[in-house]
Amino acid sequence: MPIITASKTQPSYDVIVVGSGAAGGQTAYTLTMEGAKVLMLEAGRSYDPVRETPMFNTPDQAPLRGSNTPDKYFGYYDSTVSGGWDIPGEPYTSASNEIEKQFWWWRARMLGGRSNHWGRISLRNGNYDFKPKSRDGLGFDWPLNYEDVAPYYDKVEMLIGVYGTNEGLENTPNSSPGVLLPAPKLRANELLAQKHAKKIGVPVIPIHRAVLSTKQDADNVPQKLHPKNAKAQRILAQAMRERSACFWATDCGRGCSIKANYQSTTVHLPPALATGNLDIVTNAMVREVSLDDNGKATGVICIDKTTGTLHHFKARVIVLAPSSAESVRILLNSKSARFPQGVANSSGLVGKYIMDTVGGGLGGQVPLLESLPLHNEDGAGGSHAYVPWWLYQEQKAGKLDFPRGYHIEFGGGRMMPNSNTATNIDRFTQGSYGKEFKADARRYYGSMVGFAGRGEMIPNDDSFCELDPTVKDKWGTPVLKFHWKWSDYELKQVEHMQRTFTAILESMGGKASRPVAPGIKNIEPGGKIIHEVGGTIMGTTARNSVTNQWGQTWDVKNLFITDGGPFVSNADKNPTLTIMALAWRASDYILGELSRGNI
Amino acid sequence: MNPTDPIAIDRRMAIKWLFAAASSLTLMDKLHAGDEAPLPQFEAGGYGLDSNLLKTYKPGEVWPLILTPTQRRATIALCDIIIPADNHSPSASSVGVQDFINEWVSAPYSWVGSPNSNHAEAKDVILYGLDWIDSESKRRFGASFADLISSQQHAICDDICYTATAKPEFKKAATFFSKFRNLTAGGFYTTPVGMKDIGYVGNIPLASFDGPPPEVLKKLGLA
Repeated sequence: MPIITASKTQPSYDVIVVGSGAAGGQTAYTLTMEGAKVLMLEAGRSYDPVRETPMFNTPDQAPLRGSNTPDKYFGYYDSTVSGGWDIPGEPYTSASNEIEKQFWWWRARMLGGRSNHWGRISLRNGNYDFKPKSRDGLGFDWPLNYEDVAPYYDKVEMLIGVYGTNEGLENTPNSSPGVLLPAPKLRANELLAQKHAKKIGVPVIPIHRAVLSTKQDADNVPQKLHPKNAKAQRILAQAMRERSACFWATDCGRGCSIKANYQSTTVHLPPALATGNLDIVTNAMVREVSLDDNGKATGVICIDKTTGTLHHFKARVIVLAPSSAESVRILLNSKSARFPQGVANSSGLVGKYIMDTVGGGLGGQVPLLESLPLHNEDGAGGSHAYVPWWLYQEQKAGKLDFPRGYHIEFGGGRMMPNSNTATNIDRFTQGSYGKEFKADARRYYGSMVGFAGRGEMIPNDDSFCELDPTVKDKWGTPVLKFHWKWSDYELKQVEHMQRTFTAILESMGGKASRPVAPGIKNIEPGGKIIHEVGGTIMGTTARNSVTNQWGQTWDVKNLFITDGGPFVSNADKNPTLTIMALAWRASDYILGELSRGNI
Repeated sequence: MNPTDPIAIDRRMAIKWLFAAASSLTLMDKLHAGDEAPLPQFEAGGYGLDSNLLKTYKPGEVWPLILTPTQRRATIALCDIIIPADNHSPSASSVGVQDFINEWVSAPYSWVGSPNSNHAEAKDVILYGLDWIDSESKRRFGASFADLISSQQHAICDDICYTATAKPEFKKAATFFSKFRNLTAGGFYTTPVGMKDIGYVGNIPLASFDGPPPEVLKKLGLA
């Protein structure tokens, strides 16, 4: 890909986009397709999934059979390079020594950011999810409705390619007709769960994931997405034709060299670059937003990580999309006489109300799945089915001891063996070894099913980030200090999750591997689900929020945020699809404001 | 530790995360008390955050292997007691599982597999067991484990193969055997012959995904 060096950049651009993941990719895509000149700045290295993805590599080709290690937390073949929970020279700190009050921050320092590793689960927020406070009095309402975002969900789904079905369930919106790609057939464990969970009232339905189950309709989709823009249509049609349909092998978390799944690097950036309107500089770590005497943003100051030199890039509009916490850091580090508390922070809310997804898990073994006839279950490199939150009515009737919902992701089956295969099965085998153990390994392979709850956290006053007063990164820029606290809402939810998983396993004739644990023992650490949102919440006034509904900061008209920062709630629906839909919507607004001369 | 040294902060935080869900309260308490001495070094000597994912690695390439020739002989013998050749597949040692175990024992990381694990402790269990099994073999039968005949090897393994029923004097050795069996299984079933043996038939491109075949649906009562 034509990545340029800082010295080759233009003196000024229409828009600078900070970050190249789902948010930055979508923002740059929309802007460049409509003719804006954009400079994208990525803090990590260049990365090309077509060349770098270890598609068919097997664990025996990797160090430690591909096991997870501190260097590769999600396993050797996870697509994340140069990133992780801990990046040498780029620390962050925690206000508390207590584990349950710490926040984990996953950063992928690479082109495409976290979109490369993403699970591709693409769920829409529903009506309820944009007005949560109106329903239960907790947290905040969004300054927009589902109807405002729905057209953009359609557009994003058509652009990136999402498989799934329309089930018409409560607060689980349908996509417009013709938008979704066909859902793959369910696997054995998914079908078994579907049949038996129904008996206990739990609906198992096809999931929505950003994977091409068939080739996209390159003849018709481009004109729907870019009406009256022949150039954009031509470029997008070409980009769509260069993507292959899924060939039903290899895990999406590795990335995809045939471009069958969505990652910014294979879907957003190639057409954006083909417009000729996009320059990308990598290893460019933005430190602060620069302002003129009138308080208008003029550009960004960034560090070339390979040389340590500072660069000042200029543009008419600045869009931050480097991840919600990184946006907070940039704003707080942009201090001036006019903005002593950091830019866009007159409300004092920058860094406040950070959220992650509530994660709980439990697995078990299902005898029916033992010794199945051999068959290929690789499928679309991720799940084909899930359980949407289904207890809206029970919750409304006051029968649950926690607010908001969770959806259930689950998996198992005859997946590619890894270093955990046939391990810790003593309780089934009574310690067999030798030929007997080999027979046991064949019998139990594929019979384990794991369940993960992904639930909604209520934003709270104790979960926020600020600048650490003393710690700086290796370039001397102050780093973030995180404060975190789960409330009883989340802990009770995690207990409910585990009871549900136990019941589903038992309905399938299986057994959970352990009893239900107290919420505080089972809940994943804050940040661990990598659904980091909030910190620059949107709202209706400059007093109660950092941005308006388009991610435009109240204090600086030409400064926008299109990552998850403006989220005011974090529905159980994974945030990435909504980030992209809102980024497209914000980009349309930026284009309009630019053409009207308002910014 | 100088709190303004960002690298040192990295180390400290990394170590905290390692124990994020660990059951070892003792270690966590030490961390919280600001006791710097027991903190291991930050993950030096591994393959790093940005290694070549396409390359095929061999044990010993990234970090040196530490098993002695004696420990290695016991490792090979144990691998093949746990996963011998049968009419489905060859033995674990014939596909190099002992080299993986050597690589694993030698790994420079503070955890491998799960962040809840403590690699130094897990490694000590393996090294202890390899030495124990040779001592036990000499005590009972007058020769190293690798030199025993099959029935003698089985006599020892039968005493340590299941932690839940092992006699008190064999509990520690049983913990070793359980861990060693996990490593042997993980090492074996990730090889092409191991994948074939266990019945994994994927990792090949398909024109379509057709879901479970009729015989599977029938067996599951879904037909």
